Amino acid sequence: MSTYLIKDARILGGDAQDVLIRDGLIAGIGAGLAAEDATVVEAAGQILLPGLVDLHTHLREPGREDAETVATGANAAALGGFTAVHAMANTDPVADTAGTVEQVWRLGQESGRCDVHPVGAVTVGLAGKRLAELGAMADSAARVRVFSDDGKCVDDAVIMRRALEYVKAFDGVVAQHAQEPRLTEGAQMNEGTVSGELGLRGWPAVAEESIIARDVLLTAHVGSRLHVCHVSTAGSVEILRWAKSKGWNVTAEVTPHHLLLTDELVRSYDPVYKVNPPLRTAADVAALREALADGTIDAVATDHAPHPGEDKDCEWAVAAMGMLGLETALSIVQETMVDTGLLDWAGVADRMSTRPADIGRLDGHGRPIAVGEPANLVLVDPGARRTVEPSELASRSRNTPYAGLVLPGRVVATFLRGVPTVIDGKLA
Amino acid sequence: MKRHLISAADLTRDDAILILDTAEELAHIAERPIKKLPTLRGRTVVNLFFEDSTRTRISFEAAAKRLSADVINFSAKGSSVSKGESLKDTALTLQAMGADAVVIRHHASGAPHRLAGSGWLRGSVVNAGDGTHEHPTQALLDAFTMRRRLAGGRGDLEGRRITLVGDVLHSRVARSNVLLLATLGAEVTLVAPPTLLPIGVETWPCTVSYDLDAPLPKSDAVMMLRVQRERMNAAFFPTEREYSRRYGLDLRRMAMLPEHAIVMHPGPMNRGMEIAADVADSTRSTIVEQVTNGVSVRMAVLYLLLGGNEPAQSTPGGVTANTPSTPGAATASNGRTGTEEIAQ
Repeated sequence: MSTYLIKDARILGGDAQDVLIRDGLIAGIGAGLAAEDATVVEAAGQILLPGLVDLHTHLREPGREDAETVATGANAAALGGFTAVHAMANTDPVADTAGTVEQVWRLGQESGRCDVHPVGAVTVGLAGKRLAELGAMADSAARVRVFSDDGKCVDDAVIMRRALEYVKAFDGVVAQHAQEPRLTEGAQMNEGTVSGELGLRGWPAVAEESIIARDVLLTAHVGSRLHVCHVSTAGSVEILRWAKSKGWNVTAEVTPHHLLLTDELVRSYDPVYKVNPPLRTAADVAALREALADGTIDAVATDHAPHPGEDKDCEWAVAAMGMLGLETALSIVQETMVDTGLLDWAGVADRMSTRPADIGRLDGHGRPIAVGEPANLVLVDPGARRTVEPSELASRSRNTPYAGLVLPGRVVATFLRGVPTVIDGKLA
Repeated sequence: MKRHLISAADLTRDDAILILDTAEELAHIAERPIKKLPTLRGRTVVNLFFEDSTRTRISFEAAAKRLSADVINFSAKGSSVSKGESLKDTALTLQAMGADAVVIRHHASGAPHRLAGSGWLRGSVVNAGDGTHEHPTQALLDAFTMRRRLAGGRGDLEGRRITLVGDVLHSRVARSNVLLLATLGAEVTLVAPPTLLPIGVETWPCTVSYDLDAPLPKSDAVMMLRVQRERMNAAFFPTEREYSRRYGLDLRRMAMLPEHAIVMHPGPMNRGMEIAADVADSTRSTIVEQVTNGVSVRMAVLYLLLGGNEPAQSTPGGVTANTPSTPGAATASNGRTGTEEIAQ
C-alpha cells in the first residue's frame, strides 16, 4: 500500500506536526518526519481531524437512483470529509431485511470512497406495526447496530418499548424520528408566527418534544439505548438535558441546517427550505448551538436528503421534504460553532467523529489520531472561503439550501484506511 | 405599484387608495348601457384556476372583458394539470402563449408567489386566492365597499372599527383583510373560537376576542367568514349548533350594532351557520353589493398592472386612461402602456 507524509498539519487544531501514513495505519507523528517512499502532502495552516462519521444520510438506493446512489452519495461524503456514513432505511424496498442491508453495505464497499453502514428499519416496511428482523440485520455482513424508521416516527409506545428492549441483545440503538403523527397531519412548516402569516399548516414543537419525553422514559424503564434523530427545538434540548442528568443512555444529533437556518426563509415559499423536521426559530437555533457546545447534543448528522429537481421545482405543499448536507456540513459547523467560539476543533472531532462512531458502534472510525490507529483522516483548510454552487456538487441532486452562500473552510484531503479518497479538494 | 399582486402586504397606503379611487371611476362604467372600455385591447389575461371558484373567476373574467382584454380561462379540471402537469410546465405554456397577466387561484398557499418569483413567466401575476394564505382582491373589494358605505367613497378607513368573525385559521380573506385594513388605518378585531385562530395571531395588526357580543356595539362593519361544517370533524368546535350560538350573526346580535353599521360576507354563505338568513337578507347586508364591487376593483387592478401606473381620470363622459395614443392602437411603443382614449 502507498505511503503518505502529511507535513505541518495542526492535529485537532493544535501545534503543527507531521503525520506518516503507511499500510492503512498512522505510522508516525512528530516534527520533521521523513520517509523516502512517501507522497508528501503539504498541510501548513491546515487542520487534521479524524475522518468524519455521519449517523444520518439518505442515499436513496435501492429505489430512487434518480436522486442519489450509494456511489454518488459516497463521493459526496468523501468530499465532505466523511469516512463513514449511515444510510437510512427508507429506500424502496425498505431496508428491513438482511438481504437489503447487505446490498447497501456491499455497494458502499465497492465504491471505495466511504464506508456505508446501513441503518435497519425498526418495523416491517416502516409501517410501525411489526418488528423487522432486527437480529438478522445485526448478524448480517452489514453488522447493523442502528435501527430507525426515520421519515416516520415509531409512534406506537408498545412497539417502541419492544424495539428498545430487543436491541439490547446485540448492543443496538433505536434512532427515533420524533414526530407525533396526529399533531403533524398535513404539516408544512414550523408552527409559529411565520406559519400563521403564510397560511401553511403548522408543525408544532410539541409534536417532537412529546415523543422525546416519552422515549427517554421508556429507555430508562427498559434500560436500553436511545438515539434521537435531528433534534430541532429548544424544548427538546431541555428534555435531553434532563434525561442525561439522570444518567440514562440517551444520545442525540442535530443537523447543520438546524444550526444555521430559520423558518423566516419559508417566506420565499421556495421548497428548497422544506425539510422534516422543519426549520425552526432563531431561539431554537441558539439553543441547539449551545446544546451541541455543552454536549447535551452528542453529534452533528447531516440528514442528507437528495431529491430530483422536479420534486422541488413546484408548489410548497407538493414538494418533497429534505435538503443536501454531506458536502457542506463541516463548513456549516465551522461557521456556526468554530468561528463563533462555541467549539474548538477538538470539539468538532468529538461531535462529528468520535461520538457518532461510538453511537453507531463502528470499529476503526472516530479513533484518536495516534500511532497504530487506522488512518481515517480529514485535512481541512479553515481559512478558505468558497461559494456553494449546486451544479458543482458530487451528489446526483441539487437541493442545497446554501446555493450562492459563501462558506468558510474547505476539505483538502480525506483518507480512508490510508488511501486518499479526496486529494486537493477533488475526488482521488 | 409592484408588478404583481400577491399579498395585501404588497400595497402601500397610496397603492391601495390608487386602486380604490380607480375602481370608483371604473364603477361608473357598469352604470352605462355599454359596459366596455378599449383600454386593454390586444392584451391577454389568463384565468388559471386550480380550484373551483365560479364567482371569483367570472368576476375577473367580467373585469378583463370590460377592459377589452382577451380572456383565456384555464381550469385545472379536465386539463393537462389533472394529468399531472406541473405548475412550472403550465406556466411555461402560458408564457409561450403570450399571457400579459395570469390570474391564479390555487389550493396551495404560496403558489402565486412561486409563479411570480420563479422566472417561469414574464407577465403580471394576480393572486385570486391561494390556499389558506391570501386573497388580496377580495380585501380590496371589501375595503371598497366599506369606504363607500362608511367614508363617502373617498380616502382611507382611518379609525373605522371592523370586526371579522369566524374561521380565521383557514381564511385567506381574513389574512388579506387584516393587512389591508391596517394599511388603511382601520381598527380590526378578530373574533373566533381559540381553535380557529392561528398561533402567532397576537403579532398581527389587530386585536383578538373570543366573545362576539363584546365588539359589536362599537363596530362600523362586521364581516362573517365562511365556516366549513367539516371543521367539526377535526374537533375545531363541538357541533354546528354550538358554533352558531357562540359565533353566528343572528337578529339579536345584529341589533347590537350601531345604526350605520354594515354586515358583510365574502361568500359563499352557510345560511343558518355563521349568518342567519334574516341577517343576510337585511338592508344592512352588503353581500350582493360586494359582488358588484368585485368587478370594479378587479378592473382597477388589471388596469393598473397592465395599463399604467397613473389613476384613470374622470371626464364628463366617464373615464379616460391618461396616455393618449392613436385611436385603435392597442399598445404604446414600450409595450406596457396599452391605453387609449375611451369611446364616449
